[in-house]
Amino acid sequence: MTEKYIIKQLSIFSENKAGKLAAIAKIFLDTGVSIQAFNIAEANNFGVVRAIVDKPEVAFNEFAKQNYALQYTDVLAIKMKDVPGGLYEVANLLGGLGINIEYAYAFRSGEYGALIVKVTNPREAALKIVEAGIELLPAKDYNF
Amino acid sequence: MFWNEKMETLSGPALEELQLKRLKETVARTQNIGFYNTLFKDAGITPSDIKSLDDLAKIPFTKKADLRGGYPFGFLAVPMSQVNRIHTTSGTTGKPTVVAYTKNDLTMWSELIARNLTMVGLRAGDIFQNASNYSLFTGGLGIHMGAEKIGCAVVPSGVGNTKRQIEMIQDFKVRGLHCTPSYAMHLTEVAEEMHADLASLEIGCFGAEAWSENMRRDLENRLGLKAYDSYGMSELFGPGVAFECPEQDGLHIWHDCYIVEIIDPKTGEVLGPEEKGEMVVTPIMKEAMPLLRYRTGDITMLMEDECPCGRGQKIARLLGRSDDMLTVRGINVFPSQIEHVLKNIPEVGDQFMVYIDRVNHLDEMMIEVEMNKNIFSGELQDLSKLQTKIMKALQETLTLRARVELVEPGSLPRFEGKAKRVVDRRVI
Repeated sequence: MTEKYIIKQLSIFSENKAGKLAAIAKIFLDTGVSIQAFNIAEANNFGVVRAIVDKPEVAFNEFAKQNYALQYTDVLAIKMKDVPGGLYEVANLLGGLGINIEYAYAFRSGEYGALIVKVTNPREAALKIVEAGIELLPAKDYNF
Repeated sequence: MFWNEKMETLSGPALEELQLKRLKETVARTQNIGFYNTLFKDAGITPSDIKSLDDLAKIPFTKKADLRGGYPFGFLAVPMSQVNRIHTTSGTTGKPTVVAYTKNDLTMWSELIARNLTMVGLRAGDIFQNASNYSLFTGGLGIHMGAEKIGCAVVPSGVGNTKRQIEMIQDFKVRGLHCTPSYAMHLTEVAEEMHADLASLEIGCFGAEAWSENMRRDLENRLGLKAYDSYGMSELFGPGVAFECPEQDGLHIWHDCYIVEIIDPKTGEVLGPEEKGEMVVTPIMKEAMPLLRYRTGDITMLMEDECPCGRGQKIARLLGRSDDMLTVRGINVFPSQIEHVLKNIPEVGDQFMVYIDRVNHLDEMMIEVEMNKNIFSGELQDLSKLQTKIMKALQETLTLRARVELVEPGSLPRFEGKAKRVVDRRVI
């Protein structure tokens, strides 16, 4: 069962203008939603704000209510050792498994790090990763 | 100098008699068109009710939007076997407006251009560069035919490749130039950067967009020529409908081909000379696509004074539009066309804003479009693809490149009543 590894990332459309990030952050504050990992991708005066939070539904509903264009995106969180070579180990294994990363960003929590990856078929990839002996962080650690 | 002195200076009863004869012939031709059958029936009139020029007022107006219903050939009064040329111009929504010409139409049109070019001093043997789009835009082939008719050596340079255009003016010793006024400004700047010697240029004919007296002075000083205003629209053949004479004080509208009225665009009431209003034109020498009381949307007025040049009716240089049509790089754009394009793209909402700027004397159009919050994939690359998709769709419909910016749902202004979706920041 790989379903437990599927993490619901919030992908929020945002214009690249002063004050836009603050407006988004304010919604997390007002809803009492805690951000676990966060990333901004930018192109041509607009971007997508990506966030992994403890209560995605609560945040999603509030953003939707406030007219934001947003979507859930299924991503995986791969546990990384917080030592030199930690990223290499994970990236190398993914490469070896033939898993192509569309985008990735990292964060650190406690004594270990994690790499959030967006892949084409996350369920299939999760199975391969787990079978290869790499540790995936289950969604409950982040979303609930 | 005249090309056709008798026609150009015709006046009084002789002119009125000719106009009435041609009006009656035109009314008869329109009866081959379903739209006009219905129009006459609904107005309770028959062609035989048009006995004098004053009777023209009995006929209801024809609007550009009416032409849309006839797409593509519903407004043809002749069988296709008699059609010799087809052009298109922007429609008010998705489909373009089709205009067609018989052999006689093309001859008449080129005769008008020949009159205009002769009027401003061009003659056989002059080298004439036509820096206009030669495809469906009537400014290319239309002006070209007339310039050839008077015996000019015509350089069909088309648009773009400005340095090459300047080299040709310099090396060929071009005397006459035709293009849009904004392109003429751009050409001026590039020529100055190149330190090109354009001393051979004496006559510039500029049209397809509104331009100011300031811009005229600037062009005349910097290019060392006399700059003349040219008016036309594809529905009335194309360029050449009205043109300035050397007096540069109003445009002569060819009275043997066009009957002009000025109306209050709100009430439809016919206004007198020197009163500003929308120009309504009845072309009386068109065979393939006759029109009656066509609302041009252009704001101008009839000028009363007699012109020292001896020619007839003049209209003032354009004073604006009665509708929301824009002219961008000489191309007519209706906000309704943009709306129509966006409506067919589900990823975006129907809210948009259009911004027009003039950068280095060239028009730049930027369109802000709200994302549809229900069809957002969450992926950045899909947004970039969407942006390209919208740009392509707009270019296909408008024949114009526009920058597209995606904005957040609900971020654009909402309008109560008439929407003001266009912000024109150009200074002309």
